[in-house]
Amino acid sequence: MALSSSSFLSTPSLSNSKSTISFASSVSPAPIPSLRRVVFRPASSHRRAMTVRSKIREIFMPALSSTMTEGKIVSWLKTEGEKLAKGQSVVVVESDKADMDVETFYDGYLAAIVVGEGETAPVGAAIGLLAETEAEIEEAKSKAASKSSSAPPVVPSPPPATSSPAPAISQPAPVAAVSDGPRKTVATPYAKKLAKQHKVDIGSIAGTGPFGRITASDVEAAAGIAPSVSQPPPPPPPAAAAAAPTATVKAAATSSPPLLPDSSVVPFTAMQSAVSKNMIESLSVPTFRVGYPVNTDALDALYEKVKPKGVTMTALLAKAAGMALAQHPVVNASCKDGKSFSYNSNINIAVAVAINGGLITPVLQDADKLDLYLLSQKWKELVGKARSKQLQPHEYNSGTFTLSNLGMFGVDRFDAILPPGQGAIMAVGASKPTVVADKDGFFSVKNKMLVNVTADHRIVYGADLAAFLQTFAKIVENPDSLTL
Amino acid sequence: MQSAIALPFSQTSLTRSNRVLGSTGSIFSTPRSLQFCGLRREAFCSSPSNHLTLRSDRVRIRSTRFQVSAAATTNGAPPKSFDYDLIIIGAGVGGHGAALHAVEKGLKTAIIEGDVVGGTCVNRGCVPSKALLAVSGRMRELQNEHHMKSFGLQVSTAGYDRQGVADHANNLATKIRNNLTNSMKALGVDILTGFGSVLGPQKVKYGKDNIITAKNIIIATGSVPFVPKGIEVDGKTVITSDHALKLESVPDWIAIVGSGYIGLEFSDVYTALGSEVTFIEALDQLMPGFDPEISKLAQRVLINPRKIDYHTGVFASKITPAKDGKPVMIELIDAKTKEHKDTLEVDAALIATGRAPFTNGLGLENVNVVTQRGFIPVDERMRVIDGNGKLVPNLYCIGDANGKLMLAHAASAQGISVVEQVTCRDHVLNHLSIPAACFTHPEISMVGLTEPQAREKGEKEGFKVSVAKTSFKANTKALAENEGEGIAKMIYRPDNGEILGVHIFGLHAADLIHEASNAIALGTRIQDIKLAVHAHPTLSEVLDELFKAAKVEGHATTKTGDAKIKLNMNEDDPRGPSDNEKQPSLSKDLIVRSTSMSSFVEDIYARVMFLVSRVFV
Repeated sequence: MALSSSSFLSTPSLSNSKSTISFASSVSPAPIPSLRRVVFRPASSHRRAMTVRSKIREIFMPALSSTMTEGKIVSWLKTEGEKLAKGQSVVVVESDKADMDVETFYDGYLAAIVVGEGETAPVGAAIGLLAETEAEIEEAKSKAASKSSSAPPVVPSPPPATSSPAPAISQPAPVAAVSDGPRKTVATPYAKKLAKQHKVDIGSIAGTGPFGRITASDVEAAAGIAPSVSQPPPPPPPAAAAAAPTATVKAAATSSPPLLPDSSVVPFTAMQSAVSKNMIESLSVPTFRVGYPVNTDALDALYEKVKPKGVTMTALLAKAAGMALAQHPVVNASCKDGKSFSYNSNINIAVAVAINGGLITPVLQDADKLDLYLLSQKWKELVGKARSKQLQPHEYNSGTFTLSNLGMFGVDRFDAILPPGQGAIMAVGASKPTVVADKDGFFSVKNKMLVNVTADHRIVYGADLAAFLQTFAKIVENPDSLTL
Repeated sequence: MQSAIALPFSQTSLTRSNRVLGSTGSIFSTPRSLQFCGLRREAFCSSPSNHLTLRSDRVRIRSTRFQVSAAATTNGAPPKSFDYDLIIIGAGVGGHGAALHAVEKGLKTAIIEGDVVGGTCVNRGCVPSKALLAVSGRMRELQNEHHMKSFGLQVSTAGYDRQGVADHANNLATKIRNNLTNSMKALGVDILTGFGSVLGPQKVKYGKDNIITAKNIIIATGSVPFVPKGIEVDGKTVITSDHALKLESVPDWIAIVGSGYIGLEFSDVYTALGSEVTFIEALDQLMPGFDPEISKLAQRVLINPRKIDYHTGVFASKITPAKDGKPVMIELIDAKTKEHKDTLEVDAALIATGRAPFTNGLGLENVNVVTQRGFIPVDERMRVIDGNGKLVPNLYCIGDANGKLMLAHAASAQGISVVEQVTCRDHVLNHLSIPAACFTHPEISMVGLTEPQAREKGEKEGFKVSVAKTSFKANTKALAENEGEGIAKMIYRPDNGEILGVHIFGLHAADLIHEASNAIALGTRIQDIKLAVHAHPTLSEVLDELFKAAKVEGHATTKTGDAKIKLNMNEDDPRGPSDNEKQPSLSKDLIVRSTSMSSFVEDIYARVMFLVSRVFV
């Protein structure tokens, strides 16, 4: 038990004790202001206290492994009042890894057991009291009694330095709860484990898994850690910084660089975390971009015609993209493992939508097969669901190609990031009157729209994409086929 | 137990002498080796029950000899002729083991199978699951970045192809099934196809209306997965081990009902392939049936760090397969109060609540046998007991169908025991010496009693019980493999050094247990086995350490050592390999006899027989 030599036996944290504190162990955490005072007592008083004749020491829950945050008392090997000799085993503690005998480093009497057999206490919490003389047993007992009567049996002191920075993140993320009705939260086993490990309140997470369940990645997103990290997060910066908990606890969590004064830190919502995760993931895919101007006069005319029937521009573009994809299946393919790629059997067009600060991509399934009116109807339905956060997972994660349109803001061209798992994404700019010269040199004004496609170069090559865009442009410029 | 070893050789020698003397034995000689031809006579013994009252093995052998001649005289006009000496209903591992041994004993044997040869073990149990576990073990290792790094290995992300894994399991089952079929065909066992049932004493029906007779019948129909009521198995999302072994899908989240061997092994497979697992256990603890200390450690290694959670003390009262866009729904009720506790929504559920005997339609009513919860009641010699508590003559039941110990190798051992009996050698199988193993990573294995069982027994019978433990952390080979996690634990009697039970959790535990199970089967005491030498560095040293860690009050039977040396020194002429194999066992037998029974006459007798046997090999 050398690893906890100084940590598990220490003097009591109760300042009203007449046998004043001699020293506080480095590991014994001090959530109570009174103890903090004690710790920072001038050295002189420290030394004086050392000479005090008798003392009652606390037996702390030792940290038996680097990952241990709490321990369970398997059994007390000694009973209350029993005499202890230095080096004797007193208690058996079960950690996440093993059962271990815990020895005393002092002679004395086991005055009181604070945490009984079978109970659990966090690392550093007092689990028993050790009196140096028999006379002090009673005193210690009364102390123990007051301890257990006041609040929970043990002072819920935060675990020592081994803990992750998670506590700071444990603030319930201000996620707008999914208005799913009185559905109970369903979390997968690993999600629960991660939530416990990172001290995330599982109730505060919105599940994005199948059937709305909370998956491990939801918890990882909520805890703000990169996915698929098997190691626990690195320990926080030197604890000294955190010792002054006057500032917001949140501030303590962020590592470098230091924040400007008065800045506020807002943890990611589940959606933001998901986006963040996807964006980081997208960096592993080699992409390239091809732009193409498309004449939209005919499309605009068609749009005017079908608008009263409830057809939106999104539906028109999705339909056009779907039809073009049907002729260029490689652009609709996806490469997941970097070793092979799959031709998707359906053409599912995901359309990026901004909803109150977030971003979601409802999917128009079989965009090439459904007719324009059905597609529009479907789209309306999806947008409604997206607004009320009722999209089912398959309605936002089954896309094989993404369409992003910022034309309505007057953006003339932009560049989209390829979402992981898809072959290409199309960024559509605004359609603007442009002066063009035809092949005979005559100038005219036509509506031109710039589309810019980002594609995964592992599977889609330049010529593929160019051919696809050519087809797309042809469809848009002769849009009659869209209404068929 | 010692006698069991001695017998084959002394008897062999007997028959050989018979042959030399031109006795009846040679009439029935088969083209197979001389060694067996004489044994043929044993098919003619009237009934094994004749011998049950005989106490000494030696006496029994002599009586057998008399019987041989008696049988031979009546051979010309048998009262009744049978199609077969032995019919086995069910060609699983138990039936196969019995059939092979029966042929070796010279019995004309038939085996009836209504499904596929190999039964549960080969087709839907041990064999394909080992294929899946072989995959999961490797996946686990490759995915464990830390483990690989500690070897200095660099591996890019490990992935798997579900169909490929499933094919491996299926191919293995096919291969083993063919091996089994061929081994029986090669030996001349008739494989009869169709469902078999008992028509009456010594009469069996199979297929549509084929009726055959046999002197003795063994029922070895095995078991099927047990599905508690309220659970709807659809074979896709709510499955049993039968379906799971086909690995038609790897669900994201699977609930496993039952945390015994089957459940544990599947949790190992599924978590290695990326699933998350929820255990549902009716008892208050996971892994009931294992030694508590082992199950505690196993839980720390096999459950806690993996993507597994669990509900204990609950029954799954209702399980509905996934349909209409809904996931699999599992209703949990408290095991004691029967109150509703929780509803789980998962992608799939595996029912691993044990196995139920497959004894329906066996025609047991024709011989007045009443099953108990489906199990066929048998006595310690696997003889079937009828509704009135009487033994049914010539009818035996082995394996899962009798429920004594539902393990493939136990069935096989029981089958061999029955064949021994019908060939006039009384044999009672010591079930406490049968090892069991769970092939998780790392493996769990055990033989004999658990610590609480041993302590209870010790209290009742008034002996002290001690426990010795060793850790894999101290084993060089285990550390070389970076697999230091694990313990071995032995429960023993400190007064006489008897091994009561051994439990191992660690790398290759399933292979390590046999040193202990053999010691229990042979009655080897710790003070003797601790002197045995183990190669270094091997995992077997874990057990070596374990034996050495035991504190036995008695001393090693030094006489054993002396006698062994003497005998071994006598055997200085190198002979065939089979010869060399036999000698140690025989010498062992001699030693035990000389020390325990100390009958000089017997000793001499055995020595003579030994020499005779060597002459005729």
